[in-house]
Amino acid sequence: MLNTKLKLGLALAVTVALATGCSSDKKEDEQKSVAGIDKNPFPSTYKKVESKPIIITNVTILDGVGNKIEDGEILLKDGIIEEVGKSVSSPSGAIEIDGKGKWVTPGIIDNHSHLGVYPSPSTRSHSDGNEMTSPVTAEVWAEHSIWPQDPGFQRALAGGVTSLQILPGSANLFGGRSVTVKNLPNRTIQDMKFPEAPYGIKMACGENPKRVYGSKGGPMTRMGNVAGYRQAWADAKAYQTTWAEYEADLEAGGSPKEPKRDLNLDTLAGVLDGDIIVHMHCYRADDMGTMLDVMKEFDYKIGTFHHAVEAYKIADKLAENNVCSAMWADWWGFKMEAYDGIQENIPMVHAAKACAIVHSDSDLGIQRLNQEAAKAWANGKRAGIDISQADAWQWLSANPAKSLGIFDKTGSLEEGKNADVVLWSADPFSTYAQAEKVFIDGAMVYDRTDPASWPVSDFELGQIAEGDAK
Amino acid sequence: MSLFKKVALASSIALGLSLSASAFAENIAIVGAKIHTVSSAGVIDEGTVLIKDGRIQQVVEGTIVPSGYREIDAKGKVVTPGLIGASTSLGLVEVSSSAGTVDAGVESHAISSVGAAFDVQYALNSGSTLIPITRIEGFTSAATGLRGAGKLFAGQGAFITLASTYQPVLKAKAFMQIDVSNSGADNNGGSRAALWVAINQAFDEAKFAKSYSLNPSADWHGLTTMADAKALIPVLDGNMPLIIRADRAADILQVMALKERYSNLNIVLGSGIEAWRVADELAQHKIPVILDPESNLPGGFDQVGATLENAARLHKAGVTVVVGMNTHNIRLATQHAGNAVANGLPHSAGIAALTINVAKLFGMDEQVGSLEPGKVADLVIWSGDPLEVTEAAEQVFIGGEAIDMTSRQTKLRDRYLKRDTEKPVGYTRP
Repeated sequence: MLNTKLKLGLALAVTVALATGCSSDKKEDEQKSVAGIDKNPFPSTYKKVESKPIIITNVTILDGVGNKIEDGEILLKDGIIEEVGKSVSSPSGAIEIDGKGKWVTPGIIDNHSHLGVYPSPSTRSHSDGNEMTSPVTAEVWAEHSIWPQDPGFQRALAGGVTSLQILPGSANLFGGRSVTVKNLPNRTIQDMKFPEAPYGIKMACGENPKRVYGSKGGPMTRMGNVAGYRQAWADAKAYQTTWAEYEADLEAGGSPKEPKRDLNLDTLAGVLDGDIIVHMHCYRADDMGTMLDVMKEFDYKIGTFHHAVEAYKIADKLAENNVCSAMWADWWGFKMEAYDGIQENIPMVHAAKACAIVHSDSDLGIQRLNQEAAKAWANGKRAGIDISQADAWQWLSANPAKSLGIFDKTGSLEEGKNADVVLWSADPFSTYAQAEKVFIDGAMVYDRTDPASWPVSDFELGQIAEGDAK
Repeated sequence: MSLFKKVALASSIALGLSLSASAFAENIAIVGAKIHTVSSAGVIDEGTVLIKDGRIQQVVEGTIVPSGYREIDAKGKVVTPGLIGASTSLGLVEVSSSAGTVDAGVESHAISSVGAAFDVQYALNSGSTLIPITRIEGFTSAATGLRGAGKLFAGQGAFITLASTYQPVLKAKAFMQIDVSNSGADNNGGSRAALWVAINQAFDEAKFAKSYSLNPSADWHGLTTMADAKALIPVLDGNMPLIIRADRAADILQVMALKERYSNLNIVLGSGIEAWRVADELAQHKIPVILDPESNLPGGFDQVGATLENAARLHKAGVTVVVGMNTHNIRLATQHAGNAVANGLPHSAGIAALTINVAKLFGMDEQVGSLEPGKVADLVIWSGDPLEVTEAAEQVFIGGEAIDMTSRQTKLRDRYLKRDTEKPVGYTRP
């Protein structure tokens, strides 16, 4: 009850965007709260690249939602997937690509990247990913740190990544807002923001916050971490009430004194309102179990546990609570909470009917996420978990899209969605397969066969090996 | 039997296994597989490997099962030599961060001023869970060393077997390490202008030490400690390989200039991100490179030329390429080599980069690294192409014995796959 009433208050622009689900040139008043606060002060200026229609024929298609089409066709037109199937119409003037022996999949979506906030070269001046000044910094936004000239974006594109979420680091209990971008870096960060994608917030369990703050005023224990999350949520509830009362008064024609804005609590209240998705760095099963109860106590939703090295231990509980797990195929052992990593984590989570995602958290790993999925898929199979390749591709596109709140726009080859597509040189579950052509919003933005067309970041221009095979 | 006797017996068995191959091992004929001999015999499409007394007896085309040999049917499978981890800290670290003592890192100690004296042979934990986790993925031996010492040199490494044994060391003092990349400069005055002068000085002192009586009463005021200078003598003489980490082409040219100043040095280049730019010179100097083929980003201003084609270009120029830089996930070196192949390295060079080329670096190629008569029977039966991410080691042999293909990770997997939901999890014992 209370929650419903409060939702009338601090609604953010993203809610409006999700509800209307259309163009970004919304009326100005929709961008503002009752109190006149601009809810989307850094709007996307992303523009898709225009292209003639593109038709790929004779190709093996994984549609990303569990279907495989042999010898199929796909038509990309006006930025969207116009048709997909055994045979599609062929508009005049369409560019035709023969996909014989090749595979088509949805573009890969990495829901855990630090490109731009920890860019290459990794100098101290570029280290903009962790606001390690206080354990609760929900007021910072990753997009204000992102350097669009990070050459890592172009490398990820050559690996078939069409969208990604860029997160703050995991030093803090609340690390700040994340942002979802199209992998087409341009002059400003707004130029690559995924239109109408909801915001996320990065939270972190376990070792990192206690290591960073143990000698800086705390938390220095896991119990200190949990006290920190709970107090922050309690503060956010009070903040929500204050603003709801103020706005109710205002709407009733009163002239109440405007409460002071608190950017940290703005973001936390946005989570409680259901407008901002929680992305929680959490390794251990018991840490995740605790967070599921904190989630219920404060009536918010955890969208995804990131890293989730022990998700296989509680896969049933993750399924029950409808929380995704974003995982590596085989990273382990770099700290105690990663000691119990196993190579069947992803397929075991999938087999429990929980939402499984392959993520990178790495500027190298992001270039080969198809191989990470392939390893997990094969390891699962050897352990008796038989999953089709078509189903396994959900880990790379559909499930990360769901975890980012953009599955209505991308993440599968369903008609009407953004034409974010990869043409692979061979079965993408092979080490030797490479992303041959990558399409974002229907335009070919990477073509391995045409080196002169490869994008080069400002940083690499005029340097050694500019435009080299990377 | 007392615990001491048990340990003594176990270690004598282990010793036998690790160096001279086991006298207790059964004779085995592995038949039907595609065999990468990684020798002049090349790839045999369908052949037999005979194992006798823990060593490779014969590798031939077709099927031969002499009487008294246990036949293992490997039709449709692939056999390779046991893979060798080229640059690891196996046995020196269990958990890297905030988890107690990590022998892979050294803090300052009076014994050494420049880091050359540190020696990992005393630090190896044969009970580390990383060893079974690594060997069931096809790795049968490894070079292991410090991952850094914050000094000029990063100490002396060892070559170890990954067999289940109390005595893993096959070769102590197997190599010396030094870093002349940005991180090496950062640890040594913040500039290569200090770093290289210190390197020259250290080798000059080692040269002097050769004909000087190094005892506690001796007058010694070197940059190096006596223990450092002693440790550097075999390096100077070329009896201990020197792995020099460098990425920038200019730094790699300095490495070759060092070789010209101290001509006996047996140099191996480590990392070598821009090595392709000086590939011909490296080939001329016969300097092999241990690299990570996936390093294609300019992590610093000494890595600007990073490319996925580094391995392929080096190989093409005639440089020996070695793949495998990791510890917890050294098992992924197969994927790394596969990606080098995807970017132009011939497949056979990809397999060699994980086997014979590694053995040669450390002077272990008489024992391991290829499937040739007389060598220790370290080999792997794979489900398919070992460089494919979807294939796996099905059975690993070390010293002619089929090893137990379980690890702490497979046990964790099996516990949670077969969990008895009626009881607390600790009662499910896979």
